[in-house]
Amino acid sequence: MTHPIPPGTRDILPDEMRELRALQASLCEVFERFGYGEVATPTIEYDDVLAQGDERGAPVAYRFFDERGKLLAMRSDMTIPIARLVANRFATVEPPFRFFYIGSAYRAVRPQRGQMREFMQAGVELIGSGATGGTPEVIEVLSAALDAAGLTRAVIGLGDADLYPQLLDELGVSGTARRAITDRLASHDLVGLEAEVEALEIGTSERETLLRLANLRGGAEVLGQARELGGDAVERATGRLTTLFEALRERGVADRVSLDLGLLRDLGYYTGAIVEVYDPAVGHVLGGGGRYDELMGRFGRPLAAAGFALYTERVHIAQAEEERLAEEGSR
Amino acid sequence: MIGSGASGGLAARSQGRLKLAVSRGALYPGTLDLLDRLGVDTSEARSDSRSLVFSTPELDLVTMRPSDVPTYVEAGAADLGITGKDVLSEQQDRAVYELLDLHFGACRMVLAGRRGDQRLDEGERRLGAMRIATKYPRTAERYFEDTGRQAEIIEVKGSVELAPLVGLADGIVDLVDTGRTLEENDLEVREEITACTARLVANRVAHKLRASEIDDLAERMREAARP
Repeated sequence: MTHPIPPGTRDILPDEMRELRALQASLCEVFERFGYGEVATPTIEYDDVLAQGDERGAPVAYRFFDERGKLLAMRSDMTIPIARLVANRFATVEPPFRFFYIGSAYRAVRPQRGQMREFMQAGVELIGSGATGGTPEVIEVLSAALDAAGLTRAVIGLGDADLYPQLLDELGVSGTARRAITDRLASHDLVGLEAEVEALEIGTSERETLLRLANLRGGAEVLGQARELGGDAVERATGRLTTLFEALRERGVADRVSLDLGLLRDLGYYTGAIVEVYDPAVGHVLGGGGRYDELMGRFGRPLAAAGFALYTERVHIAQAEEERLAEEGSR
Repeated sequence: MIGSGASGGLAARSQGRLKLAVSRGALYPGTLDLLDRLGVDTSEARSDSRSLVFSTPELDLVTMRPSDVPTYVEAGAADLGITGKDVLSEQQDRAVYELLDLHFGACRMVLAGRRGDQRLDEGERRLGAMRIATKYPRTAERYFEDTGRQAEIIEVKGSVELAPLVGLADGIVDLVDTGRTLEENDLEVREEITACTARLVANRVAHKLRASEIDDLAERMREAARP
């Protein structure tokens, strides 16, 4: 007779746990070295408090009532609880704040390898530091974390969350058409995007810009290619990315960064620079993050902020796959 | 100004030939014809029906049933895949990038009922819901929801035309090519849901890490598949 556990959850046994702990320890060591302090928040929060941070956030998997009839939710990411923590506990303290965490979050996803409904995240939040200093620092910490995990081939995709919203503003695209376009971009349905863009009443070169940008990714040369498409929104976004890329070069991490103007994160609170992490040995994204300059304001403490989270179980899978590839290669 | 450090680094990271997941079945001949036009050697794939994987100098072809393509591509077991839009809209929760309409393998997703038979309308009017048999439960459910109707969706795996003939369902939602199978079973198209063609999809990590190879192949496919 077996006793079931809910779908998307799992037990972890000693061999795996030992390796996960070793990974967590090496990530902790990196975060501490960069001056980040560990925090923990409750796994459950009031549903309306989480929703205050982002009504279009990661899909909450579990909601329930406590004995007083209050609606609770299992946190679906760590960033919103930490934004709440800073607003509550550091209301009068001078920023910046450097925090890191290792903890479980819960999302309503279809369970598969590396994607459970209960999963572990390790990440940092740098709150109270703007785009100039904050973003490069966070990406440098991310790069160091990947090195510490042994994923030396991992790549950081870098885009700009404001590019498309500002471009659509500039082109006067609003309402349902705008929604349809951002949905197609988010799922990267280029066929659907082409159909939606075709239906817009805009010029040919503007159409071209909307379609070409979604596919522009690679080294620093894509910034020049983007700029050729023209327009104020593109000019501003490529300006931001050029400055950032230069700062990353000074910190020695630009080599593992791939620019991606079509990058969109599925969480609604991002503004400005956004990142995603890939490793050639595995087909899924290992983590991501970016700037969220407006989130803190929703909790009454308007501060610029940026951070990232790695899915530690996926990082662990990538470590194992890299090891396997290396063994095959040496045979 | 900044140089092009990242792209050089990325090129060095890519490994081996791109893996293309290819649908066996109705789309198979069209896919091989398309690959021929790109200059990919498909002779082995054409002559050998038993093997599942074929290596060509440019691409590794991995053959499978159409509905498995999104699964392999999402997991990164294949970098790219060719399958029907019918499969993609049924498996919308698979996170793959849809890159290109390849224009071949055109079919229609339709709602069909028995010729001259009122049971579809009557089911809705008198019993509150139509009973619909289909291999595409999520597509069907979405269609009835979008059109503000209620339906009881019955998922079947085999010949869906059978269901209305023996009274399992009032109608079917299915993919129709020439419509001959419908005709032979005394069924007729009542409503057209969408048009479906073959699509090129990509794994989201491969799309980032092997950008130039994938863009190059996609561009050549776009040319070769032009209607």
